[in-house]
Amino acid sequence: MAALAKTHDVVGRRMLPSLRGATGPLIGLIVLCVFLTFASDKFLSVRNFLNVLDQITVLGVMAVGMTLVILIGGIDLAVGSVMALAMMVLGYLNIMAGVPMWLAIPLALLVASLNGLVAGLLITRFNVPAFIATLAMMSIARGLANMITDGQQLIGFPAWFNTMAIVRFGGFLTLTVAVMLVIFIVGLLYLRYRHGGRSLYAIGGNAEVARLAGINVNRATVLVYVVSSLLAGLSGMVLAARLDSVQPSSGVSYELDAIAAVVIGGTSLSGGTGGIGGTIIGVLIIGVLRNGLNLLSVSPFMQQVIIGGVIVLAVTAETYRKRK
Amino acid sequence: MTTRSPILSLRGIQKSYGPIKVLHGVDLDIYPGEVVALLGENGAGKSTLSNIISGTVQPSAGDMTWLGKSYTPTDPRAAMDEGVGMIHQELKLLPKLSIAENVFVGRYPMKAGRIDRKAMEDRARRGLHRLGLDISPDRLVEGLSTGKQQLIEIAKALTLNARLLILDEPTAALGGEETQLLFQQIERLRTEGVGIIYISHRLEEIRQIADRIVVMRDGAKVQEFDSGDVPIRTIVEAMVGRSLERMFPALPTPTDEVTLEVRSLSSPSNAFRDINFFVRKGEVFGIAGLMGAGRTELVRAITGADPISGGEVLLRGKAITPRSPIEAIRNGIVLVPEDRKLQGVVLDHSIAENIGYANLGEIAASGWLSSRRIQQFAEDYIRKFGVKGRGGQNASELSGGNQQKVVLAKWLARKPQVVVLDEPTRGIDVGARSSIYDLIMDLARQGVAVIVVSSDLEEVLGVSSRIMVMAKGKQSGILNREDANDVSVMELATI
Repeated sequence: MAALAKTHDVVGRRMLPSLRGATGPLIGLIVLCVFLTFASDKFLSVRNFLNVLDQITVLGVMAVGMTLVILIGGIDLAVGSVMALAMMVLGYLNIMAGVPMWLAIPLALLVASLNGLVAGLLITRFNVPAFIATLAMMSIARGLANMITDGQQLIGFPAWFNTMAIVRFGGFLTLTVAVMLVIFIVGLLYLRYRHGGRSLYAIGGNAEVARLAGINVNRATVLVYVVSSLLAGLSGMVLAARLDSVQPSSGVSYELDAIAAVVIGGTSLSGGTGGIGGTIIGVLIIGVLRNGLNLLSVSPFMQQVIIGGVIVLAVTAETYRKRK
Repeated sequence: MTTRSPILSLRGIQKSYGPIKVLHGVDLDIYPGEVVALLGENGAGKSTLSNIISGTVQPSAGDMTWLGKSYTPTDPRAAMDEGVGMIHQELKLLPKLSIAENVFVGRYPMKAGRIDRKAMEDRARRGLHRLGLDISPDRLVEGLSTGKQQLIEIAKALTLNARLLILDEPTAALGGEETQLLFQQIERLRTEGVGIIYISHRLEEIRQIADRIVVMRDGAKVQEFDSGDVPIRTIVEAMVGRSLERMFPALPTPTDEVTLEVRSLSSPSNAFRDINFFVRKGEVFGIAGLMGAGRTELVRAITGADPISGGEVLLRGKAITPRSPIEAIRNGIVLVPEDRKLQGVVLDHSIAENIGYANLGEIAASGWLSSRRIQQFAEDYIRKFGVKGRGGQNASELSGGNQQKVVLAKWLARKPQVVVLDEPTRGIDVGARSSIYDLIMDLARQGVAVIVVSSDLEEVLGVSSRIMVMAKGKQSGILNREDANDVSVMELATI
């Protein structure tokens, strides 16, 4: 019987690889939702749920990139600054230089991706630790973002841009939420079903084994940092649409929120295990928690304390479960 | 010598790890002012014995007497306080600290609650002088030659008033001049009455330095010579001895067709130089040598894992010198690396995934794959190789032998032309070894050119049609199966 149960466990693990290690966070999310349902009569409603989705778009898009980075055993501290830089490039091109949005957005994303390219090359070609390389990029990108307008915010995007974050198509999805969902699905499918995605697990598990197995570890590493920066840039587009303005101080410490979401979702900081499924749950936990605490009128300072507590809880519960 | 009493006496020292006995009652006396060479093959028990003396490991049975008193060190610190200094093969100095700080790390001389830097430097300087080293104790360790660092380790032990020094392969990383400098200092310490246990694989130097030779084999002292001047052949015969014959499968007959050829291959780090050999289709080619002879570096270079600075690798007459594992794999040259756990498998990933990682291109011809496809792909190989485990099981749950089969399976799915196995049975128990040997012979029978690197003499002799012996980064000879035996290989390995 015991052997049979073990077999089932193994099969279960294999069938839901993207949720592997994320069952704990999923239970946590459900418990949290049940608690908030009773604590606040405003929590359980379609409208509030859609609000939560709107609020997590920026974090959600960014956290997908961070998941890839952490999966290969890296870290990307630059995403918050890269997001601000992409936003300022967008504002400069569209508002100051008159470049149409259809061209300004891809250019802003390109600038964002270049940050990741530089970080990736520093890490692979010059053996700079990821922490240091992205710490440097964080400072550089933030500085550049500020230089564009000397620290000023920019307003005056075309009217349709803001509606992307406001108008709910079919009474349900804003375009920005749709973008996030597409990124989630692409990320999920990529990690589960693509050659390149599976290779990332091998790299994070043991880079030397992966290299000897004929996986191009350096190329994959550079690509992962490029994608992380690209998604940071994309989250910047989402935030610009939501705010209908851009300012260079946006996204300060967002990288830490993204790391928190990934870690709460069960992806190991040492790499090799985890996935987008867990990260989605992690993002939802942070989103629901913030939303619920707002509904309960908990002060923003207290919210920071509580979110810190949740990170500790999630990670210790996971380590405890693994040890057992 | 007999009139003096020994510094250290060992009587009936035994050591077991679980059911495995690694030392079977060793007796040993070390007198002041003598250099005792401790010799034996890898795994003979030399390191365990020296670890017991230096307090790193506790014996399971037996008595030790130090200067007439019972001696039971519980940790290296206790041994050091008694006066036993152990100099490890890999140096344990802190590069960013000064020499003086390194000498006293963990036991800085104190004065009024502060570190007495002056006393520290004075004492370190005296220690350095005693070894004839004219270096300032203020200098950082970083940038000093390996030989100098070795001497600083010795100075450290002396400053702590060591009466007995254990040197574990001190010359392994030293050049000729540095070796001579070290020997002069050892000579000096001998006249001062320090007892020295000298472990080395370089038999030539034993003659120069040793007063006595103790040979160990399979955890026991097998022979003792009361002089250092013993013919190498005699020592080697004592080291190798006769042990139980192991069963090796019959060797297939290689074809005349040359699959792999290596021409004057050299490494940028000088780990190996000017290596030339070829391997035929269906041949098992052995590479023997002592630790540090450059065998692993050589085969890693051939499989693209390490860089090559000169020479070329030819596959069926075509130069393909690989610059990365990817290039080697594309040409059908694959490596089963020496350290399974660090280089062969991802331990916390499943067997199926581990097999899959080397074959993602084939499993996902279109770029798309699923866990089920990986699982199905892997199941075939798990069955074919008799891996005792299920595809979903983590590699860490497998025995060493089964992990090795997983590493082999992941490569054989790619139908390679050259398979290189580095220490294929290290850490694998005897029963499982024969199934690995069977797999090797199957490969050869299918026309694969196989290279086996092994420190286990019997193994190399048992599986190879020809054996190349390496010593200090150079090839010292290639022996045909008829001419190869333990003595001829060991002679070439200790040149």
